[in-house]
Amino acid sequence: MNPTTPTPQTAPSVECTECAATIALQRPPLCGEIVRCRECQAELEVTSVTPLRVELAPEVEEDWGE
Amino acid sequence: MRIALLHSRVRVEERLLLDELASLAIDHELIDVRELVFDIHDPSTWTRFDAVIDRCIGQSQALAAVRVFERFGVRTVNPARVIEACGDKLTTSLLMAQHNIPTPRTCVALDEASALAAVEHVGYPAVLKPTTGSWGRLLARVNDRDAAEAVIEHKSTLGSVQHSVFYVQEYVQKPDRDLRVFVVGDRAICGIVRHSPHWITNTARGGVASVLEITPDIRDLCARAARAVAGPDGALLAIDLLEAPGRGLLVSEINHTMEFRNSIAPTGVNIPRRMIEWIVESSPNAARAHSTARAAPFDASPSDGTLSTATPSNAAASSSPPRPRASLIEELKLGPWAAFDAHSRTEVA
Repeated sequence: MNPTTPTPQTAPSVECTECAATIALQRPPLCGEIVRCRECQAELEVTSVTPLRVELAPEVEEDWGE
Repeated sequence: MRIALLHSRVRVEERLLLDELASLAIDHELIDVRELVFDIHDPSTWTRFDAVIDRCIGQSQALAAVRVFERFGVRTVNPARVIEACGDKLTTSLLMAQHNIPTPRTCVALDEASALAAVEHVGYPAVLKPTTGSWGRLLARVNDRDAAEAVIEHKSTLGSVQHSVFYVQEYVQKPDRDLRVFVVGDRAICGIVRHSPHWITNTARGGVASVLEITPDIRDLCARAARAVAGPDGALLAIDLLEAPGRGLLVSEINHTMEFRNSIAPTGVNIPRRMIEWIVESSPNAARAHSTARAAPFDASPSDGTLSTATPSNAAASSSPPRPRASLIEELKLGPWAAFDAHSRTEVA
């Protein structure tokens, strides 16, 4: 269970794992949050908040819907 | 009142729901479904919640988790019944047919040969869809027998086990648009028109949204459709409608974990706010939940660094377990046909 996620007080930035551009987040991220790189349009998943890490988000899985 | 938001990824929609929970000073927790471990013999860890909002993207995970919460006596939004009804297009179609709600003519077959017979019964052009999944994925419009044979063979050879169920619908000669209506409880609160020159109009596929006027006909049709999948308790739904020339509106699909980020601006309706308000107001402990929420000061930066607000925790989440519901299978009274017309129960193979 991941009840709640620590929220840093300042909005950080992180390097895009696809194109190495700097992604400036508008607000403190949550673990599991999806962010988009404005340079390459990749969707990235925040996998860790402290330290801030992102990975390429899965585009689709078998039973994803809506 | 204490609410859990169950998620697998935090998309824009989940962020907006969290913002509304915070602004309404509702005590809440974010639960990642990937990290859940349930001891099914011991509900005590989970009965602190008055409600669980399912926002999982994966339907299998969502359904499993929601079933456990329901068995523990925790209210789920949406409940398993609704996920079962909406997550499977065949079940949705059967419920629409059962309740005489207008919907595209639909056949289902369970074998390649009978699939072709089902397509021929529906007539060309026809649409083959997987029974699960969305965003318009793997939909195929077949305009003639050659195309139908090719698609059926490809699904049989390359598709997953889900593709062994052939769900075939008539192609509705609609305008270059379809309608999506957001339903809270059984009330249509707003809607969008999705425009696209492509026959698949999902905004996730590039469709452009504009506001839809909720007419009495739309309101009535959506209320009936919502009751068909959710019963009298209602649910949070997005109902897709097609405009069929000469026939009026048809219910195409019903979504139970709807995305709404692209619909707030065109409609001017704060959809996540309305969703949270309905959950609170329809709670068995609504009066207490409301007064607690209003009385509680919201601390946007709690000292322990969590998202939860400072509201005192709930009392007995499991004091009013949901009443038992008839299983869908019993309710639908499915017949023995291998390939059948969902509307008339006429065997077509």
